[in-house]
Amino acid sequence: MDPTDLTLHEAAEAMRGGGISSREYTAACLERVRRVDPVFGAFVEVYGEEALEAAVAADRRRAAGEPGGALAGVPVAVKDNICAAGRRAGCASKILDGFVAPYDATAVERLRAAGAIILGRTNMDEFAMGSSTETSSRGVTRNPWDPERVPGGSSGGSAAAVAAREVPAALGTDTGGSIRQPAALCGVAGLKPTYGRVSRFGLVAFASSLDQIGPIARSVRDLALLLEVIGGHDGRDSTSAEGSPRGLAGGLDRGIEGLRVGVPEEFFAAGVDGEVRASVEASVGRMRDLGAAVVGVRLPHTPYAVATYYIVATAEASSNLARYDGVQYGLRAADPRDLPDLYERTRAEGLGPEVKRRIMLGTYVLSAGYHDAYYLKALKVRTLMRRDFEEAFGRCDVIATPTAPTAAFALGEKTADPLTMYLSDICTISASLAGIPAISVPCGFTAAGLPVGLQLMARPFEEGTLLRAAHAYEQATDWHRRRPPDPAPARGGGV
Amino acid sequence: MSDPSAAAYEAVIGLEVHVHLKTRSKVFCGCPASFGAPPNTNVCPVCLGLPGSLPVLNEAALRSALLAGLMLGCRIAPFSKFDRKNYFYPDLPKNYQISQYDLPLCAGGGLEIEADGRRRRIGITRVHLEEDAGRLVHTEGGAGGSGVDFNRTGVPLLEIVSEPELRGPEEAVAYLKELRRTLRYIGVSDCDMEKGSLRCDANVSIRPRGAAALGVKVEVKNMNSFRAVGKALAHEIERQARALAEGERIARETRLWEAEAGVTRPMRGKEEAHDYRYFPDPDLVPVVPAAALVEELRASLPEPPLRRRDRFADRYGLPAYDAEVLTAERETADYFEACVAAGAEPKAASNLIMGEMLRLLKEAGIPIREAKVAPAGIAELTRLVAAGEVSGTAAKEVFAEMFAAGRGAEEIVRARGLAQLSDEGELERVVGEVLRANPQSAADYRAGKAKALGFIVGRVMKATKGRANPGLVNKILKKALG
Amino acid sequence: MTIGRDEVEHVARLARLRLTDEERERFTAQLAAILDYVRKLNEIDTAGVEPTAHVLPLRNVTRPDEVRPSLEREGVLRLAPRADDGFIMVPRVIE
Ligand SMILES: [Zn+2]
Repeated sequence: MDPTDLTLHEAAEAMRGGGISSREYTAACLERVRRVDPVFGAFVEVYGEEALEAAVAADRRRAAGEPGGALAGVPVAVKDNICAAGRRAGCASKILDGFVAPYDATAVERLRAAGAIILGRTNMDEFAMGSSTETSSRGVTRNPWDPERVPGGSSGGSAAAVAAREVPAALGTDTGGSIRQPAALCGVAGLKPTYGRVSRFGLVAFASSLDQIGPIARSVRDLALLLEVIGGHDGRDSTSAEGSPRGLAGGLDRGIEGLRVGVPEEFFAAGVDGEVRASVEASVGRMRDLGAAVVGVRLPHTPYAVATYYIVATAEASSNLARYDGVQYGLRAADPRDLPDLYERTRAEGLGPEVKRRIMLGTYVLSAGYHDAYYLKALKVRTLMRRDFEEAFGRCDVIATPTAPTAAFALGEKTADPLTMYLSDICTISASLAGIPAISVPCGFTAAGLPVGLQLMARPFEEGTLLRAAHAYEQATDWHRRRPPDPAPARGGGV
Repeated sequence: MSDPSAAAYEAVIGLEVHVHLKTRSKVFCGCPASFGAPPNTNVCPVCLGLPGSLPVLNEAALRSALLAGLMLGCRIAPFSKFDRKNYFYPDLPKNYQISQYDLPLCAGGGLEIEADGRRRRIGITRVHLEEDAGRLVHTEGGAGGSGVDFNRTGVPLLEIVSEPELRGPEEAVAYLKELRRTLRYIGVSDCDMEKGSLRCDANVSIRPRGAAALGVKVEVKNMNSFRAVGKALAHEIERQARALAEGERIARETRLWEAEAGVTRPMRGKEEAHDYRYFPDPDLVPVVPAAALVEELRASLPEPPLRRRDRFADRYGLPAYDAEVLTAERETADYFEACVAAGAEPKAASNLIMGEMLRLLKEAGIPIREAKVAPAGIAELTRLVAAGEVSGTAAKEVFAEMFAAGRGAEEIVRARGLAQLSDEGELERVVGEVLRANPQSAADYRAGKAKALGFIVGRVMKATKGRANPGLVNKILKKALG
Repeated sequence: MTIGRDEVEHVARLARLRLTDEERERFTAQLAAILDYVRKLNEIDTAGVEPTAHVLPLRNVTRPDEVRPSLEREGVLRLAPRADDGFIMVPRVIE
């Protein structure tokens, strides 16, 4: 068997049982990266040598009988907007050229503490602004199921790397769907934790009230394992919730007998592709077969989610991204005439069109005369959306919807019209605005052979319920075991 | 004001004061909040605004801000939050400042001041907590640029905004000084204008005397001392008055005080129409001060300096000047009251503290709490003087020794033989000797030259090394010469 | 309430973005379309609805007033495009 087919927990168990060494496994991943990543472009940097050294060290510690962490010797990739000390953190943007993070993000620190090996940085939409990984300044990432299609975004690199067996798991970040949507489009599992569950310390902010780090992997058990490692309170993030997620993996097998699965009609409305709808409806049926009770619920403000999101997120982004000005780090425009010239040219040269567009929109909705009409209005609608969920969760325990309205779309298909691109987040944005946990698991394939994702959402901090439901469904199906075809060798050069 | 036109107008001034809070670490990170470190050494990812960093509020900064608000008679907000004030400037690493916009921690207070011998209460609109910006150092010459030092970035800053109720430069300076004294009383800030831990901007407008409507507001910045505030405001009021008298319009603008030229001039830097685009900082959660905390802080408030000054005059019968000097710093006032509590006669203690004590402290460069003289020592010394056991002159010597060595007054008096000479027989003998040695002076005095007596007393003092009881010496002399 | 070229230029100045003529044209059209779309929020009656700035009900999160190690200055200056004598350098700022 190809070791890269092992899931994260399988690899960890195999290493503990002596079935495979960390060095062998890590080398297999690196070999896979070498072979397929020139086609997929999932990574922006691979820490080959250091990863192998770390793997050898992990094997040595294991041989010496040292008790390793939960992820001892297992390689994990990290999205390019999460800081790791001494490593570049580029957010796939030119403006961060040369920026080397002087510190570890809490999530990275916790991965290391659990024994994980950081394999490399994965590609993304610039500053996580996008749904296709096409806004990256580092080139596009291709969908392993069809290299002419997008992997989704913004964590397209993480999802593609996991789907293509280059790494068993990766960290992504999710602001409006950036973990779940690429997971769905790449046929892997992705979890956006409850806002506040995973520390944002070291995550380069896009929209601070929405951003969350979360895992992408090939099984729900892997997501549970990773969330147990990276989650929990952190004093360095004021918005970090108390308490720690424990016992998630242990509770997975309790089944979903009696679990109430809510189905909101608003998520199956126009705009959702027929094949996607059919797959999701079939998976809800499957959950009923497994003992769940299916109930209809209403989330009436769903049609306003995208509008609300693009106001709130861009407003915060316009402020968060103001710091990229060429003064302290990263790109500085050559020979600035004066300070305004330095600012304006650095930002003009360093930021891509989608980022500029969102900064413009966010600046506009906060500006004098428009603040109340747009920004404040959106915050109020956000309240209504949270209330929708509170009411719905009075009638059900998890809510099931499609993760994305369509399967993977073609490269370049939506880049011309930003609004069309924004609407591809239509199913994921609501959970982001409400701050609730949501997961995407593979639930079928289109006739064209493209994966479809089922999204499940739960009450705040009920990742346990969410993971248990997703696991039960996953164990009853084999979508997650399907492997994308090996790509034809790349035409051009490698990474 | 020299310009007669100024008399036709009255000034309306509001002050916006920023003070550094005296915390160990910065307001949102663990870097030292201290001054004087080499540039860019007290910095970390948070105060540098590096990608991915997040702020966490310093508990001590919050307490200090609440304490200051209570001391200034403000209401404490039941719900407060931090907002981002967005503008680009190289001393602002994130290009936004974490500040407070519509829900400041404290609002609606006031401060009693005394100017021109009159008391007035000046309203305080709001008190809020924010982070300071860095420091720009401008190098000379065309090729040079500006250097940024981020050490000050993130030092906790309290913004205190007064109502536009100050009527002239004198009141403005009195308000500033009273504010400084008040904040120093609660120990939240050094309020040192020279070191930049107290900064002051002013909004100045003038209107025809008696008019109800306010004139056009001009913001005056760059006033770096109390004197500068007084001079800049006087100048600005005069400038506006002259302009109005000449039929000009006052532009709504920001002007900088040029201390050397003694004028205000419009700020040159491009003033984009300010649009700070405030919004709640999503990285920080709201502050809801617990009632128990607020009550604890309220209970800890000291008596305000001006009220204490009144009490010192009333209760201890001190002259106004003494009361003012003694209450200028809380520690001095506390020390004085401890002396009185230990049995010192108030005026005698006041004299010792205001004279010898403050002089020696200044020479030694130490605060009063580090003085080796305990209040009981002051009480002991004043008692010895009152009992005639030590002369006033010798008392200074005794005090110097107490200050230097921390020994008790009586011990020093004994060891150095400084006890006052009140033995009448002994003094008569000394007086006799002095008169014999200075017959001319004795003759002069008898001839009506009163000044001669002083000379003779001086000789007696010299002969007794200052120990002679002056009252007794006078009595004996007058008898001998009479 | 639609956005025009002048407003786009004003917003670009606030955001310190220099736009090319082509970008200005494109952004004007795109922002107008997006704003037109988001104005659908006006269909909702939000009278009396509190805004949500934070989804978590967290309050009073503070840290003790303790000094933590700062960064090495060399590292900080190395990140900077231009540094001199301990300072991070920018073109001369005029006040
Ligand atoms: Zn710091």
